[in-house]
Parts: sequence; structure tokens; C-alpha cells
Amino acid sequence: MRDSLSQKIKQAREELDSHVREMVEWHFNPETGSEFWLDYASKLDFDPRKEIGGYADLKILGHFEDTWLRGGPVRKWVPKPLLNEPIYVFEIGGSTGVPKTRVNIRDFQTDYEMFSETLSDDGFPKGADWLMLGPTGPRRLRLAIEHLAQHRGGMVFFVDLDPRWVNKLIKRGAHEELELYTDHVVGQALNILRVHENIHCLFTTPKLLEALCEKINLTKTGIKGIFCGGTEMNAQFNRFAREELVPGIDFVPTYGNTLMGLAVNKPFDPADNYAIIYYPPAPRAVFELVNPKNTEESVDYGETGRVMLTTLTKEFFMPRFLERDEGERAEPIEPFPWDGVANLRLLSSLQKSVVVGVY
Amino acid sequence: MLHFPILRAGQPYKSLSVLDVTNFKTGEKIAELSQANSGLIRKDFSQAEKNKQTLNDLPVHELLTMCNNAAALFMKEELPINGATQSPEDYIRILSSTTGMPEVLCRKNMDKISFVLDEMETVLSGLTRGLDLSILDQGWGSENGSSLSYLCTTNSLGAILPNNSPGVHSLWLPSIPLKVPLVLKPGTQEPWTPYRVIQAFIAAGCPPEAFSFYPTDYSGAKEILLRSGRSMFFGGASTVQAWEKDPRVQIHGPGWSKVLFGEDQAENWQQYLDTLVDSILINSGRSCLNASGVWAPSHAREIAEALAKRLAKIQAKPMDDPEAQLAAFVNPAVAESISKLIESGLSEGGAEDLTAKYRDCDRVVAVDGCTFLLPTIIWCERPEHPLANTELLFPFASVIEIPQNEILKKMGQTLVLTALTEDKKFIQRILAAPNVDRLNLGPIPTSKVSWDQPHEGNLFEHLYKQRAFQSGHFLTNGRKFVNEI
Repeated sequence: MRDSLSQKIKQAREELDSHVREMVEWHFNPETGSEFWLDYASKLDFDPRKEIGGYADLKILGHFEDTWLRGGPVRKWVPKPLLNEPIYVFEIGGSTGVPKTRVNIRDFQTDYEMFSETLSDDGFPKGADWLMLGPTGPRRLRLAIEHLAQHRGGMVFFVDLDPRWVNKLIKRGAHEELELYTDHVVGQALNILRVHENIHCLFTTPKLLEALCEKINLTKTGIKGIFCGGTEMNAQFNRFAREELVPGIDFVPTYGNTLMGLAVNKPFDPADNYAIIYYPPAPRAVFELVNPKNTEESVDYGETGRVMLTTLTKEFFMPRFLERDEGERAEPIEPFPWDGVANLRLLSSLQKSVVVGVY
Repeated sequence: MLHFPILRAGQPYKSLSVLDVTNFKTGEKIAELSQANSGLIRKDFSQAEKNKQTLNDLPVHELLTMCNNAAALFMKEELPINGATQSPEDYIRILSSTTGMPEVLCRKNMDKISFVLDEMETVLSGLTRGLDLSILDQGWGSENGSSLSYLCTTNSLGAILPNNSPGVHSLWLPSIPLKVPLVLKPGTQEPWTPYRVIQAFIAAGCPPEAFSFYPTDYSGAKEILLRSGRSMFFGGASTVQAWEKDPRVQIHGPGWSKVLFGEDQAENWQQYLDTLVDSILINSGRSCLNASGVWAPSHAREIAEALAKRLAKIQAKPMDDPEAQLAAFVNPAVAESISKLIESGLSEGGAEDLTAKYRDCDRVVAVDGCTFLLPTIIWCERPEHPLANTELLFPFASVIEIPQNEILKKMGQTLVLTALTEDKKFIQRILAAPNVDRLNLGPIPTSKVSWDQPHEGNLFEHLYKQRAFQSGHFLTNGRKFVNEI
């Protein structure tokens, strides 16, 4: 490993530990903490502000459970100084039952501004307009894409897709109805692309990209960059997209997550053989790849582990949440001198029981 | 390491996603199977019409010759797998090692496929009821003085294929001489047979564009079913359920095949015992053609006891034993769970495992590192019992005594029915029964296939429809076909 990278890794680690101390102080301080975390701390036999000196110490808090995010009151998650700010509520899941919610004030804008810095101006020209073809509704994604476009001087045209309805169609095996719904969604996108010549950037999901490309040559419509996310992508899809679906277009796979922010794919390198390697927006979020059978133990680089996600912003504190995903632990690189995850996918133990959003 | 590429209209494509094919006994990795992402399959369908044209350009008689040549190549020659080659012996050995089918049964299934290829003209004659096949070349013709035209309804035949028995691959073979390219999704343990058949066809001169081979997941299978104008779907009841109402999809689910006795023949049951045993046992009971029920208006208990005594003699043997009759379970847990399911049914009362007393071991046995379920005959007191109409992946049948006038109403959907009766009135009722697909009258095992008869729907009728046709441009016997009205 080069000295400069080693130095960057060390520095990033120090920044992370410092950031952890700052966030723990904020969320567990009676003056600034949220009702949820202050209540949580009151039941502990230690003071997190005294005991947690860095990222490794977060383990004394155990694992965050996403079921805590189900139901209300939602304001219990808002840190006291932010209670009078305009608050967004974003939903997670919800195909059946009560969705989980995460409050947001400005996090999504910060995350997408950071992400914007990683986009090339050739693929995503400043001032270009966007088409967002995918789930809007109560999700962070809709506002986030709009903010991204506006941040880069453009505006967004939207075509919605309701993933909850799609999941219901899949569960009852209504394949033809799903095709009709997809056609309905894609048809609206085609209408927009035909009449708005300044649309050069596209956000969509893998499945919708396939459906769109069946109807239209995106290069000929003037699309220069595609930000693709929303569901799992593997190396084969990445290769297929670059070689056959949208050759010549800047194709940017991403891993977005309402609980985290936006993980960026490692810049394309033929040596990676199309593997998708995500890096989180540290120190605001951290991936740790842990042994699924002993989540206190990290796996080695290149080994497969379960993704443990920690989010550390002033708006939201989520220590050591065990995602339903697994992947290989990826080494730090120059632009992202912290751990990443390669070949992210649904946990193998869940692969037969979960209907992954196929939208 | 053998690698099965995807075949995109005959062109090999190595995917970055691969699935391991393993020896079920040792867990040793034997081959890699490239996995097609669903978008790739979807994209390739844009070329379906072009691919079909390659078969349209060949007359049926040439395609039939290619089938005959492919039969010999499939049986005797080294055929390519991605740069390597595979001999017939290797094919049999490796097929057995990933599917649990004994080598001797693999060989029989291989013979079956070869036979169908070799006898394709007879098979097509059965499917088309003797149609002059040159009509498919021209699009129209005349028969018995009437004009006749057939329209091909699809540019491809999709097939979601199973792992259970290689013989089922004979069902999609007629698609090629019927000029419809194949889009195949092989089973995860059995890519061997469809790939070898494809290579035999290509070696016999068939256009590679007529063959697409997509090992893929559920999402990819869905693309094949949605985008093929016609398809075949092999799978368990819950898997195929969502597609049952789609007329484009021919379902090949459980067969619930049966043998029934009429009142007139029940007392003669002893002379039919071989037919019953063959119906239940042949191909290790893995086929939808195997009988899973024997229904009789009298003597049913005696029939059940005699069957149990005969079948309990069948022993599990190693995969390479030339006397082997039973297939092993690739996943031993599946054998255990099937056995538990039977026990659960027995615990409800009203049923008895008659084979148990003739065996000196459990129903689940391990031999030579393989797990087997031994043949099982269940006596059921009533047709509503949960074990009375159950099909399982081994030689298993329930025997029920029920009045003759109730049999047809209560036996449910039946893929193959062997009816042992000479009662003309009863035969008429059986012939009219809508819940019976294939019908054997007399002592013909349910598993015995006559290849000039359609199976589980007629493939020709699945791929073609007759079109009303009139021509004002030619004369026959000095008279125009078209009557003015």
C-alpha cells in the first residue's frame, strides 16, 4: 500500500473517531439529544458520552433495530435544537403493514451534494435537465434527485412507479398486469424524452432501464449520464448495461439507503471486471462487514460478511444496524480511504424468503 | 473445469454470474453454469423473428433429416461443451452424478430422447394427425380436396426445464422440425441434456440461431415465459400456479396419474399386477406419468397388500449398479421432509403404510453415500384422505376402495389414466371425463408412452393454429376453391 494511501486511511480513521465523539455528545446530551436517544440512555448503566471515545466503542450500544422506526410519534427522533426546523418524513418499506420512517431536515440535501461532487460534468452536464423514472411518493429519493438536479443547475421531470403495488403484483403472480404497469410507466417516460430536449441525465432502476431501452435508444435521445439505483445490481448487470444497454453513456450504479445516504461506486476500472464496489459517505456513514454468525467480529478484506451500517449525522444516529445485505469487504482506495463493500447482495439466508423490490 | 456458456441464438456468452454444478454425493464442483441476467434475455427477444426465419428457410423434410442425424450424434459422438468435448459415456456418468438418477436409468432416458429424434416423422404425424408437412413449408396446401392453411403463432418456444428426469426433454424436440426456435432455461442440476441435444442439432446442420440456452433465475424464467409467444413450464404445483391461466404457457406440473379398476376386472387384479408395478416404479417414480394412485371398487386391500409386497423388494443400489431402479435424492433433507409428510398424513388415521411391514429398514435409507426413499404403498380408507391423491418424487402410490360410480368424480385431475375395465358403459363415461388427459384402455402402464400420441397438450396445436383460407388464384379439378356468396 502506498504511503500516501496509508496516511489517508489513518487520517480518515482519526476523523471518524472524532466525528463519533461529536455525534455521541450531540445525541446523548440532554440539551441536544432526541427524545428517543435520551430515553434510551436513561436505561443504560453507563453514560455513552463518557464511555464512547471512537467508532470501535459504539459496540457497547449493541445493534440498532429498524423496527424502532415503525410507528410514532416520529418527532421523538428529532434532536431538540432541530424541532422547529422544517422536517421531512421519509418512508421505508410499507408494501404490507405500517412503513418505517426516518426524519430528515437537511441530510438528504447534504448527501446528494456530496454525491454530486463524484459525478463527471461530461456525463452529467451542469445545467442539464433530468428525468427521474422510479419510485417517488413518500420516499427520500424523489426530493433527493430533485435537489441533485437543482444543485447542478437543472430541473427534473418525474414519472412515478409505485413499488408497493409492484410487490403485490409479484406476490400474486400477476405477470401480465405487471407488464402493463411497466408499459404504462415507460410510456410516460418516452413522452417526456421526446419533447424535452434538454434532458441529458437520467435516474432510474435497473429493471426500468431495461424496459426503457427496449423501446428507445437513449444515446440518440441525448442522454449522457445514468444514475442507476434502487435495487440490487451485480457485476453481470453492470457489464450488460455498459456493453449492451447504454454503451457510451456514463453509467453510475449507486447504493442509496434512506437510513444511510448514498454510497458511491468505485470509479470504473477494467481491472475490477465490472464488480460494483460501494464506498459510504464517511464519516457520515460507515460500512463494516461482519461475520453473520458473530456480528462482533469483522471479516478480512475480500471475505464475505454481513453489512453493518452506522449513520452518524446531527439529524440521525443509527449505530451498528445489521442490514439484510451481504458482500465482500473492500479495501480503502485513494478517493475513499475507508472500507467499502463489493458485490452487495441480499443475505444468502434470506434469498428464498424475501421478495426483493423488482421495480 | 467445464463451463456452460449462455447460448444467445447459438452464440456462446460467458456471464460474470455463475452457478456451481456439483456432484451430489461428494459436493465436488463439476461445472460452472453461466447465469443470464433477465435484461439480457429480454434484449435477445428482439431478434426472435430473425432467428425464426433461419428455420422457415429450411423445408420440413430437411429438418427431419437433421433430427435423425442429431439422434445418432446425441447417442454416439463426442459433442462440444465450450471448447471441451463430452463423450456419451461421460454424459451418462456426469448426469447421474448431479441428478441422482442411476446411470442405467440415465441411459434409458438417453435412449428415449434419441428414439424421439429418430422417429420424429412418426411423432409429428401423431401430433398433426397425419398432416402433409409440406403445408408448413408453403403455409397452405390441400387435403382431401379442401384447402388448408396453418399459421405459426410464435417466433419461439420457451421452456422452463426441470431437474427430475432427462426424458422430459423429448417433449420440446418436435419444435425444431415444426420450425420454431427454442429458448431453454435448464434446471440447475441438469444443464447436461438440453445442452447436448442442442449441440447434436447444430452438428447435424441445424442453424445455431434456433437455439438459445439461458441458465437463469426466477426473474429470467419469467422473461422467457412472458416474451415467448408459446412456452412450456415444468414445475411443482405452487411454481406453475401463477401461469395456469395463461394460454401461451403449457403447464407440465404434477400428473396425479392413476390406475383404476372397473367392477368387472377388480377380481382379476392379479393379472394386472405387473402393469401396476410398472406404472408406479418405472423411472424411479420421478415422472408425472408414474401412477400415484390405484382406485378400485373392490379387492383394493388385496391389491394394496400385493403391491406393497412386490415393491418392498426393490432395494436402493449405487448409482453405477446396472440393476438400480431407484433414484437418489440430491438433497437428503428433501427425502427426510417427504418421509415426514407421509408420517404426518398417517398420523391423521384412516391410512396405513403397507410396505413398512415388508421392509426391515426405514423408508429413508443411505446406500453408498446416497439417500433414497424406498417404494411406499399407502392404504387409504377414503378418497378425501390427505395421502389419497398425493404425488411424490419417488415410487409412491395410495390405494383406495371406492364405488365405481364415484371414481371419476372423486379422483381429480389425472394426467394419465390406465383404465382396467371392459365395461362399455363405464368406458364411455371414462372417455367423456374432462379430468383425464391421456387415457390407456387396458393393461398399459401409465408410464408407457406412445409417441404418435400427444402428451399433456398437443405441441403442434400449441405452436400452430388452423387459418380459414381461400385462394382465387388456382384451380383444382377445374374448379375454384372459392365459392362466391
